[in-house]
Amino acid sequence: MKIVVCVKQVPNTADVRIDQTTGTMIREGVESIINPDDLGGLEAALRIKDQHKAEVIALSMGPLQADGALRECLAMGADRAILVSDRAFAGADTWATSYVLAKAIEKIDPDLIIAGRQAIDGDTAQVGPQIAEHLHLPSVAYVNQIKYDKQHFIVKRMFEDGYQKVKVKTPCLITVLKEINQPRYMRVQRIYNAFREGLVEVWDNSNLKIEQENLGLKGSPTRVKKSYTKGVKTAGKVFDVNPKEAVQIIVDKLKESYIL
Amino acid sequence: MELGFDKEHILLRQMLKEFTENEVKDLASEIDEEERFPLETVKKMQEAGIMGIPFPEKYGGEGGDYIGYVSAVEELSKACATTGVVLSAHTSLCAGPIYEYGTEEQKEKYLIPLAKGHKLGAFALTEPNAGTDASKQETIAIEDGDDYIINGSKIFITNAGYADTYVVMAMTDPSLGTRGITAFILEKDMTGFTIGKKEKKMGIRGSATCELIFDDVRVPKANILGKVGYGFKIAMKTLDAGRIGIAAQACGIAEGALEETVAYVKERKQFNRPIAKFQNTQFVLADLATKIDAARMLMYRAAYNKDHKLSFTKEAAMAKLYASEVAVEVTNKAIQLHGGYGYSREYPVERMMRDAKITEIYEGTSEVQKMVISSYLLK
Repeated sequence: MKIVVCVKQVPNTADVRIDQTTGTMIREGVESIINPDDLGGLEAALRIKDQHKAEVIALSMGPLQADGALRECLAMGADRAILVSDRAFAGADTWATSYVLAKAIEKIDPDLIIAGRQAIDGDTAQVGPQIAEHLHLPSVAYVNQIKYDKQHFIVKRMFEDGYQKVKVKTPCLITVLKEINQPRYMRVQRIYNAFREGLVEVWDNSNLKIEQENLGLKGSPTRVKKSYTKGVKTAGKVFDVNPKEAVQIIVDKLKESYIL
Repeated sequence: MELGFDKEHILLRQMLKEFTENEVKDLASEIDEEERFPLETVKKMQEAGIMGIPFPEKYGGEGGDYIGYVSAVEELSKACATTGVVLSAHTSLCAGPIYEYGTEEQKEKYLIPLAKGHKLGAFALTEPNAGTDASKQETIAIEDGDDYIINGSKIFITNAGYADTYVVMAMTDPSLGTRGITAFILEKDMTGFTIGKKEKKMGIRGSATCELIFDDVRVPKANILGKVGYGFKIAMKTLDAGRIGIAAQACGIAEGALEETVAYVKERKQFNRPIAKFQNTQFVLADLATKIDAARMLMYRAAYNKDHKLSFTKEAAMAKLYASEVAVEVTNKAIQLHGGYGYSREYPVERMMRDAKITEIYEGTSEVQKMVISSYLLK
């Protein structure tokens, strides 16, 4: 079995501060990490590999420094790492990003594609399912359990108030939540081997041969019109009371604010 | 200090930080309080490959180096000096000499399981009457056919009871003095080999420190490490390397105490402001941070020298001498900046101060380090 895991290198948003005048993220000095949902995806793939035979391929699209994230994937246990990187890909929205990744995945021809549910910097949750659309593959999102059963995966798809058990035939795409597992530590031996020359394959558009009009900003049907920081809300207060009292509290509060 | 670190060292440190944060930190005060050996942590260290960092892959190791190994001792010791010394004794004092002096058969039989972390190692030199004067070995090994029969006892042996493999020094010919000492590899199950009294200690209370008792222990000649009569030399060389590990432990303790203190002085308010706003606090912290960095430089230089097959005896002695003094000073001042809370077991700096003291004593006291260093000046 061949498993592709899509990983994105993101700024550690726990460290990110916002520039008060411009409203944008201060990226300087912020460490880069593997997106947490993607790390769950890699661990899920490695667990499938531990039980059944599988080749795990970590795939990332990004600037050349995303190489660091892929070395971490190798140190955790990935067999191959591919970085899809080209200046022409810059400025891509989710459609153009997923298109490039889909083209790369087509060349690899895997049985399973695992992506994280969403990235902590963009938070769109679109790229995973879009890849499946480009490739005309079935996809299941928001998964927190994967079981393999003869050409099928039985997965638990989470909702806010429950879950669905879904049986999906390979090849397919699954997006996972970081809660799916506790990722393993990088293995010391693999860390020492992860920096060998040529270990991370770099693919640019000369490998993928994608039409220019589908690349980067030009290939992106959406544009960010404006980004801004939401005003800080004051902390809420929890009233742990019975429904009747709760209604009274709400009515009182609304009256206090002259809404009622 | 990023000087001299390669990319793999930086990635290794990232893993070790995560490991320490998730697996070691929360257990530190518990194993101290209960004087309990952290067997569950050793198992997790084995799974991550931390137990055999500097040994080649063909001997079950991780194919890393001494810089990587001492950074593991350092990171673990930031949160728990006990866990740091378990690793240090295992790696530098037991697997280390078997790698350096062992035959291929001995490496196959003993080093591979040690480096893989399937077995734990210990080293036994100190005796009730042979401390700093380690040449006064009273443990005797008498030749008997294809074996030696060992009688005597050792004290203060780190990892004792939990270790499977022991590198043990014994006198094979008392008339030859230090040249009559031989190193043997012992297994915990050998008949006549028992673990004696467990020490109740001031610090590193989770680590097992016990007496070893040898009562007619029959050890095959195949288990002689190096050659007959080379034991003292092997012990001294082994301790040279071990001292870099203890220097790393001392650095880790000091760094951990400084981190705790920096966080505390920003939170703690007196006279209507955080105590970090007082110049006394700032100056003390600045001094401590500078000394810690100096200690780390000495420690990593010694490790670098060892990795690059340069002389490191004096460098290791300097690193241990200075780093252990820094650990004692930093933990002491960390408590002072914490005030009454620092003296309470509610805060980890109290444990760190108790843990720091041992680094001035074991694997050669500070006075021994000064003897080693001055011998290079006065030769």
